[in-house]
Amino acid sequence: MTDTTPRTKDVPASATPADVPPPVAPTGRGPLARGEARLAWGMLFPTLAIVAAVVLLPLLAIFWISVKPVQLSDLRAPELVLREDLRRIDAPGEEGTWRFRLRNSSPDRALRDVSFTDLLPPGLDLGTLPEACAAEAGQLTCTFGDVPGGWRETLVIPATASATFEADLRVQDSAPVLSFAASSVLTDGTFTLDNFARIFSSAEFVDVLWATIFYTVVGTVGAIVMGLFAALLLDASFKGRGILRGLYLFPYVAPVIAVAFAWIILFDPFSGSANALLIRMGVTDEAINFFGERPLALIMVTLFEIWRYFPLSFLFILARMQSVPSDMFEAAEMDGASPFQQFRWLMLPQLAGILGVLFLLRFIWTFNKFDDIFLLTGGNAGTRTLTVSVYEQAFAISNIGAGAAVAVVIFACLLAFSALFFRVMSREEGL
Amino acid sequence: MSVLRRGDIAGGLLGAAWMITLAITVAVAVAFVIGDAVRPHLGAALLFGAVIGVGTSAPRIGPGTMRILVAVAVAATVLFGVGPIRLGPETGLWARLLVTVGLAGGFAVALGATVQDLEPGPNDRHVFETAVIRFLTGFGAIFFTAIVAIPFWVMLMTSFKSRAEQVANPLDFGIDLSKGWALFDSYYELFTQFDFGLYLLNSAFISVVTVLVTLAFAIPGAYAVARLRFRGQRAFSRGILLIYMVPMIVLALPIYIAFSMTGLRNSIFGILLIYPVTTVPVALYMLQGYFRGLPAEVEEAGLMDGLSRLQVIWKITLPLSLPALASVSLYVFMIAWNEFLLAFMLLDDPSKFTLTRGIAALNSSEIPRQHLMAGSVIATVPIMALFLGLERFMTKGLAAGSVKG
Repeated sequence: MTDTTPRTKDVPASATPADVPPPVAPTGRGPLARGEARLAWGMLFPTLAIVAAVVLLPLLAIFWISVKPVQLSDLRAPELVLREDLRRIDAPGEEGTWRFRLRNSSPDRALRDVSFTDLLPPGLDLGTLPEACAAEAGQLTCTFGDVPGGWRETLVIPATASATFEADLRVQDSAPVLSFAASSVLTDGTFTLDNFARIFSSAEFVDVLWATIFYTVVGTVGAIVMGLFAALLLDASFKGRGILRGLYLFPYVAPVIAVAFAWIILFDPFSGSANALLIRMGVTDEAINFFGERPLALIMVTLFEIWRYFPLSFLFILARMQSVPSDMFEAAEMDGASPFQQFRWLMLPQLAGILGVLFLLRFIWTFNKFDDIFLLTGGNAGTRTLTVSVYEQAFAISNIGAGAAVAVVIFACLLAFSALFFRVMSREEGL
Repeated sequence: MSVLRRGDIAGGLLGAAWMITLAITVAVAVAFVIGDAVRPHLGAALLFGAVIGVGTSAPRIGPGTMRILVAVAVAATVLFGVGPIRLGPETGLWARLLVTVGLAGGFAVALGATVQDLEPGPNDRHVFETAVIRFLTGFGAIFFTAIVAIPFWVMLMTSFKSRAEQVANPLDFGIDLSKGWALFDSYYELFTQFDFGLYLLNSAFISVVTVLVTLAFAIPGAYAVARLRFRGQRAFSRGILLIYMVPMIVLALPIYIAFSMTGLRNSIFGILLIYPVTTVPVALYMLQGYFRGLPAEVEEAGLMDGLSRLQVIWKITLPLSLPALASVSLYVFMIAWNEFLLAFMLLDDPSKFTLTRGIAALNSSEIPRQHLMAGSVIATVPIMALFLGLERFMTKGLAAGSVKG
């Protein structure tokens, strides 16, 4: 792991500065380079390992699940459930039955090689055994083979209490040993394209796509424009600038759940201040249900997105602005450029790169956003985006397979955006 | 365009713009501060703002005199009931006073400052645009402060008010200080009956462990990407960014399934397995940016003096990167503290809730909203305090590291 050899500048060992004026990188890989690469991979290994475990495996799992007919209930594997009791036998000499009730816990998934064994209780003389069962060596064994989903069976074994019968006998005390094999739908060989067919053919899909596009595009552009405005505002130096800057970062830093509920309370149709204000000012006659009406709800969640993320754009843009050399503006000022001209022809070209990167980053993250809409509207009133749809399908409708299919669609979009992102990014940052 | 730049026309336009802005601001402020509603009248605001704005271009009036005249004119229109803000018969004395003084004073000062360099006749672009920018600056300051401060004030105020008080006058943004300690009832109940003390501890524990684990993984990784040469370096830094773009909800689904099957679902340990992985890519990306910026010569000097590579990292690179480490830690802490989706999906047992999960549990029709907002305040205050205290690091770090949200 350790590399004690000092790294040299890219000058071949044989060369002296005199005969090779510009240093030339060595061709091929020497032992130093190999050692360095080994060290690098060693240092990266832990990160690679956990990222593979928590990001790549789940991604593969998503692709797998998206072609499987999995319901939420399938996550629990089917089981054999057995209850036994002794009926109408309380004292020696009485006749009654020893009863087993068995069922398959899954309504639709089969169990294979079902059987169980139980100790024969002392002091009982058993009558004719059912076909499936046999008693030997003090043990009762019943075999059923493969049973379908929803299978139920009751075994009744006639029994007579002998003289050695003890009144406090409980057959339940000797637990039967169950044996069965179940195949989980997650791991077996059934595949289906129903999940994709279902999401693409549903009438709702167009709505979901529209909501996603509107939310993403308007949210991204809005947050950047607002961020640019705020950055221009705080670029000038004035008293209280630090306080304002801290204040303007609040929406971004506070927990989303806290600010989302604050918005819900502010815009509540019954006791919200916003409605009270609008009514008293005569803007509207009756309370507006901001988060419950189409298309207002979609506009509101988009405004929330803009509100919550303008601080981020403003930080990026302000950082870039302050690194622009001021002598350029002084020169322009001397030449008589007006403030708007300076902004348009000097500042904006300087900001173009960061604005482009910011747009793509924000675009991708807004596209990925789930919490905000989930908390504000739960995806109702026309605000269901693709990400909310994943949750909705998987947990509200309990169709995990369909949820995974939506996730695959999201991932495909994401790959397309990322390809674009890296093209722009490599121009901007040389990444 | 040059017509626009005439002193009287520019003055009129800026006057109208200022008057509309201020009429709405003052009306909303009075409604929230006093609880009385007053109506802004946009038509009147436009008219009077424009007229007075044109008036400011009259020659031979000193700036001081002009401001007084403007203030008197605005106050007169308000008091005669034709002004940009209409007072109703039911409007209280304080509201009347506040509206008149606020609007007249605010308008006089704002407009005076905006048009002070405008000549009555034609102006050059420079002077005209400076005036417009002054208006935009003032407008922006009011606008951003309002949109940021109002939701936070609502959060704080609601946590101090019972449902009855809230419904009685939703416009009242005041806090009834005469209630004394009773104001904090909902906070007291959250800590005594809803275990918020425990949630606070859980959140703090999870966030701190997440920060430590993240740094343990990200520091060597970032150093390798930034300083060491190896094949696949480029692909690696891109891959890290790519991972950073995978939406959480896509991962949450298989994680939920895997955790359900392995019994990790309802445990803080399970959460601690996931959180650091979501933060390692961003931490690695931020740190490698910083490491690249450090002078390599210092490290090379260390290597020459016989330190091993790991000793160089420990004794030279890390001490030099303390500011970056602070900002990365803060940022990771913020992500872990604010994380909602995974906590919501994976935790069901109230004894293991984090703060955000605890707040989500308060969102029920049986629990008063006062509690919901008190919970939100409890979750917001620590992260805000931490953030404001270390804002200098945070701002730099956020801007440096292309941050996810």
